[in-house]
Amino acid sequence: MKASAGTARSRVLARRETRSAYLFLLPSLIFFVGFVIVPMVMCVITSFFDSTMGKDTVDVFIGVQNYVELWKDSIFLRSLKNTFLIVIVSVPLTCIFSLWVASVIYNLRGPVLSTFRCIFYLPVVTGSVAVTVVWKWMFNNYYGIFNYVGKGLGLLDKNINWLGDERFALWCIILILLTTSVGQPIVLYVSALGNVDPSLVEAAEVDGANNFQAFWKIKWPSIMPTTLYILVITTINSFQCFALIQLLTSGGPNHSTDTVMYYIYYTAFKMYRYGYANAMGVVLAIFIAVLSAVQFKLAKEK
Amino acid sequence: MESGVKRMSAYKIIALVILVILAILFAFPLYWIVTGAFKTQASINSTTPEWFPSVWVLDNFRKLFSRQMAPLWEFAVPFSSHFSSTGEDIIFSAGPMVPAAIRWLVNTVFMAVAAMVLTCITAAMAGYALAKKRFKGRALLFSLIVCAMALPKQVILIPLLREMSSLSLYNTIWAVILPTVGWPFGVFLMKQFSEGIPGELMESARIDGAGEIKTFTNIVIPMVKPGIGALAIFTFINSWNDYFMQLIMLSSTSKLTISLGIAKLQAENSTDFGLIMAGATLAAIPIIVIFIAFQKYFTQGITMGAVKG
Repeated sequence: MKASAGTARSRVLARRETRSAYLFLLPSLIFFVGFVIVPMVMCVITSFFDSTMGKDTVDVFIGVQNYVELWKDSIFLRSLKNTFLIVIVSVPLTCIFSLWVASVIYNLRGPVLSTFRCIFYLPVVTGSVAVTVVWKWMFNNYYGIFNYVGKGLGLLDKNINWLGDERFALWCIILILLTTSVGQPIVLYVSALGNVDPSLVEAAEVDGANNFQAFWKIKWPSIMPTTLYILVITTINSFQCFALIQLLTSGGPNHSTDTVMYYIYYTAFKMYRYGYANAMGVVLAIFIAVLSAVQFKLAKEK
Repeated sequence: MESGVKRMSAYKIIALVILVILAILFAFPLYWIVTGAFKTQASINSTTPEWFPSVWVLDNFRKLFSRQMAPLWEFAVPFSSHFSSTGEDIIFSAGPMVPAAIRWLVNTVFMAVAAMVLTCITAAMAGYALAKKRFKGRALLFSLIVCAMALPKQVILIPLLREMSSLSLYNTIWAVILPTVGWPFGVFLMKQFSEGIPGELMESARIDGAGEIKTFTNIVIPMVKPGIGALAIFTFINSWNDYFMQLIMLSSTSKLTISLGIAKLQAENSTDFGLIMAGATLAAIPIIVIFIAFQKYFTQGITMGAVKG
């Protein structure tokens, strides 16, 4: 008797707890469901339709035809290749660069540390548009400082049209992307390195480990979770590289700098093929999900 | 020991020198934006760059401000485009005419502040519920949030555009604000901060007869204040700089944000670098000042968001 009364009471309490929890969640859920979940579901659904813009056109169900077309679209395949190139080059470089910077600055005095952290974060805060327009000027064929400095140092014998040349355009974009993506990893590594138990490092030094060994054996394993997180966010960011492309080269010359994200934009808002663009979006999301899962798995095994 | 200190400092000195050079290179684009905005046309169009402007002029800003005009603010009757005779919104209050660039700044500030306030309120409530309450569907909801965070935000922009136009919000600043608030990073961050609230504290408040709302405002909010600060500055900066969403949702001149405005300047006068740099200065300086002022909170937000990320 007593026990059943007790469970009845706890059930009432649990129900009340659930109700109050959902009331607290409600405002956020309205936005989350309305402007994230619904569009995500719509993205998947529309990818099976021939869908264009315009009020009098009706979406036509075409099954997986959009997905089939993707693998025959040479521009899409090229943009996929470019995207992977950007990811493969920029993700490891970003991680190594930011880890090195963090390892030099993390035990500096407070104001010096925050000055350095601030400067490496500047390109992120400045905003992609402002950063892009100034790089466009610096890379300019006639008025850019790259050609001026290159010639002054004797590295170039004539002006190079950096962004208009298929051989260089993508590398210029990767360089700019690097400067705008190391900010956050540096902040994360500085705090992770600061949290490594100093007694462990001291013990290793007493045992005769040099700096490099102390780093490799003690610090590296304990900042592994941070490295994993940085890998994932940098990968996602590199996959999404858009503003740089749109403002610098518009995918040109000759689609040599198209990324998937830019090609999605081009297909949807220049060609008005929403269904096809959504199919690309789904494929991109799957690639990112698989890659993140692989990174997690590899890091766990280590 | 002695030699150990020396060896370390030798490496440290070389590393610091390289670091200072790198820092200069990282700060250079910003330096180039600001100095470029004040250079003369002749100096910008010379093939030999001026590392430091010999003459500082305001010509570029004058040109920027005299290009297009727009009312300082416009308040439209919500959804009035449905029943007005022209199909346009009915405007019941419009400000004095100012240079369009100023209006773009006003739009950007409004957008960033609205996104910040709404995100902080909704995320603080939801993060608290997720961290401190046991309820049905909690695990499912939390994994949904984490999965959504890992997906590329920009992929959903196309369906979002259609949704906004069916809600008659296309080409209004709300089309940019609402999806920013929906992005679950804030909820995740506030959950991390709310985990740290001691359970006894809320228990004792409840024994004292405080209701749910009172517990939240008097106990929870003061405890998660640093988290709210971090989220506020994070949302403000991200929404200020979220170019892709703004590009897709906003089109008419008076509705643009400052980022879109500069992109438009660049599209229309691609080689007038002085003018473009004046626009870029206008966009970058306010946000950099805000960032430096609140750097402490910002750093905290980034690190907390990553824990168990």
